[in-house]
Amino acid sequence: MKVDEVPQDDANLLEGKTRDVQYAIDENGKYITVKSVGWDPKNTIMQQAWEVEKKKIRQAKKLVMDGIKSPLYYHMFRCLMNVKLLSSYVKLPRYKVKRHFDPKIFSKLSAQILDKYVYAFGLKNRDDLLKLELHED
Amino acid sequence: MKIDFEHRMAAHCENGVISNMLRYYGIDLSEALIFGIGSGIYFSYLPFYKLNGMPVTSFRPWPGLIFKRITKALDIKMHIELFKNPEKAMKALDDNLENGIPTGMVVGVFHLTYFPAPYRFHFNAHNIVGIGKENGEYLISDPVMEKIEKLSYNDLKRVRYAMGIAKPKGKMYYMEKIPQTIDLEKAIMKGLKRTILEMVKLPGPIIGVTGIKYLSSRIKKWPKKYGEKKAAQYLGQIVRMLEEIGTGGAGFRFLFSAFLQEASEKLQIPALNDLSMEMTNVGDKWREFAVKAGRICKGRQTSETYNELSEFLQTIADEEKKVYLGIEKAIS
Repeated sequence: MKVDEVPQDDANLLEGKTRDVQYAIDENGKYITVKSVGWDPKNTIMQQAWEVEKKKIRQAKKLVMDGIKSPLYYHMFRCLMNVKLLSSYVKLPRYKVKRHFDPKIFSKLSAQILDKYVYAFGLKNRDDLLKLELHED
Repeated sequence: MKIDFEHRMAAHCENGVISNMLRYYGIDLSEALIFGIGSGIYFSYLPFYKLNGMPVTSFRPWPGLIFKRITKALDIKMHIELFKNPEKAMKALDDNLENGIPTGMVVGVFHLTYFPAPYRFHFNAHNIVGIGKENGEYLISDPVMEKIEKLSYNDLKRVRYAMGIAKPKGKMYYMEKIPQTIDLEKAIMKGLKRTILEMVKLPGPIIGVTGIKYLSSRIKKWPKKYGEKKAAQYLGQIVRMLEEIGTGGAGFRFLFSAFLQEASEKLQIPALNDLSMEMTNVGDKWREFAVKAGRICKGRQTSETYNELSEFLQTIADEEKKVYLGIEKAIS
């Protein structure tokens, strides 16, 4: 790959936070590093994988809005977790985590338990647990 | 407090962290040299071992391996420590930073707050270097980021104690003893020889060039064997392994070419420079493969295109093999 062939196809997947480092040949035939904002084939694959997750998150959100599941259920999908992973983050057995997806049981959870979830989901405080609009499309 | 640490970006976190840390101690080795000495180019196809229900294709050695090889090849003494207690792990980091020691850490990617969201997934073998603490926030040199990033105490603790597969368990490392002189030629030779061994000499069908050929013979059968949808999914997985950050593929071929170029200079073997150009062509072909495979994943696939793809992969394998054999000849 030559320096001028390094793709610069921006699909905003890096969100302007950084760029990829690519190795390419300059006009003297020497390898140098060039920064790239993206490449179409890669963007497509990443968007596809991302879309699959987003679909799951949207479904989870709907179940929470309909009062079938507690917000924890939504956040689990938002964080690309499953019950196994979430239970290891909050250090609770899986059956308990599953019980907490019940809105009635969720509403009675102690502050101590809620804080575990706040930590696991990377949130600031307990109020954030009730917000479902984070990380949106 | 901030350590005067030069942050340079890298194509791969493991190489980048080692390269940056060594430079701090006066050993200036590029990412490409680190990559080559650690024999970072690799291929294995594991049809029987499934991840997320898909066969595993790997274009890189196991995380941490390059690291181990470098410390051994250059005779560096690295202090590596795991902590049961997260608070103690953070305290140990604080002490190190207090003493002005750049400290490497293995972390999970998902909760890295500064990472772009689409890149955040539960991968637990990312490497970063702590280089200071200001107003309660840690200053982080992450080789895939352009600038020095910041993490709060809790955010850093969370990524150091990420859960899931291969938990980092607060793993932290720093250089204890650096040799006065290093035998670079010897280290480069060792890296080259190991690469030849792994890519063309190892027996068995799944590792190295034979692994690429094996994959090629399997790809042909996918549409019939698994159906169009699953075949496309499998193919997508390969493209993902080819192109995502730090997973290797085409990018690693270019990195390896850059290494060959430097090795040619350091060892005074001009032939390696020519081989570098040949490897560059192979890298370009891998990129072409990603484009073709990506097109098939998008739809409009017939068994015919899978056949074409399989043949193309066969050519790549043959050409890549030629390069390795050329290296073997050049250095013997």
